[in-house]
Amino acid sequence: MMRGLHCGLLALALTLAGLCNAFAEPPATGLDAHGQLQDPVLQARFERIAKELRCLQCQNETIADSNADLARDLRRQVREMLVAGSSDDAIFKFMTDRYGEFVRFAPPLSAKTALIWGAPFFMLLLGGLIIYRVVRQRSRMPIDE
Amino acid sequence: MWKFLLPFAAFVALVVLFAFGLNPNRDIHALPSPLIGKAAPPFALTDVLDPTRTVSNATLMGQVYVVNVWGTWCVECRVEHEELLAISRQHVVPMIGIDWSVDHGPDEREKAKEWLARLGNPYNQVAFDQEGRTAIDFGVYAAPETFLVDRHGNVIFKFISGMTQEVWEKEFLPRIAAAEKGA
Repeated sequence: MMRGLHCGLLALALTLAGLCNAFAEPPATGLDAHGQLQDPVLQARFERIAKELRCLQCQNETIADSNADLARDLRRQVREMLVAGSSDDAIFKFMTDRYGEFVRFAPPLSAKTALIWGAPFFMLLLGGLIIYRVVRQRSRMPIDE
Repeated sequence: MWKFLLPFAAFVALVVLFAFGLNPNRDIHALPSPLIGKAAPPFALTDVLDPTRTVSNATLMGQVYVVNVWGTWCVECRVEHEELLAISRQHVVPMIGIDWSVDHGPDEREKAKEWLARLGNPYNQVAFDQEGRTAIDFGVYAAPETFLVDRHGNVIFKFISGMTQEVWEKEFLPRIAAAEKGA
């Protein structure tokens, strides 16, 4: 939490100071040492994948947003795999094999992640049930006074 | 009956949840490594001290060894260095250093050489990861990170943040003993 906030504040401060371009790190969609992907289809896939992967140095940022060195290296990795013809699944598998499911912002539904995906629906159901019971109880109450 | 039992059950569930969530010994940034129990990623990099030589973990197959990922830019690594020196003097298992040039700068090698010459070298071999690819293969995200590899070449333990004598004795030595005794 704190680290994410930190990075965010730093990014904000740099933007306000107009210093962002002074740092060699370009925005994710721009050119870098490896160049933007020539193929617009690949570039679109790159942008989508990069937004799905967590920068582990700044844990609440995606690798598309982060200026961290590791995020830059992971972007390079994604670009290289796209150019080499890897599927999206192969790229995500490469990342989760090394960094675990945590590297994905939307982890696939599995026994381990069922709680994350299921909790909001469970809470909604629970809340609905409580309201239903309270309302029913109240409606049965004799109207006194 | 339910009227009392349900709130009580909810209360117990919350206590368990908080006991887990608020445990001060739990580092919320430490992530379980998917590498544990799997083969250590193979690497063949140039030697920090001599670029004409190659450091590879293929030659270490059959022995228990430690891999320490560090960099001269990493503050915690400087703190850890004294501990690594003390550990290396015990000559328990080979220690392989991977100097992670996180910004791909070519001067990291010179800085690392200077660092090892000035402070002492705890490593049996030090590899230079200029491209940061070996660090990615090991799933490193916050140096220093230290891995323990068994005789079959499998990663059996990973420790994130600075090594200490206490961690070495509590976490590493028992696992090393078990790994060396085991088949």
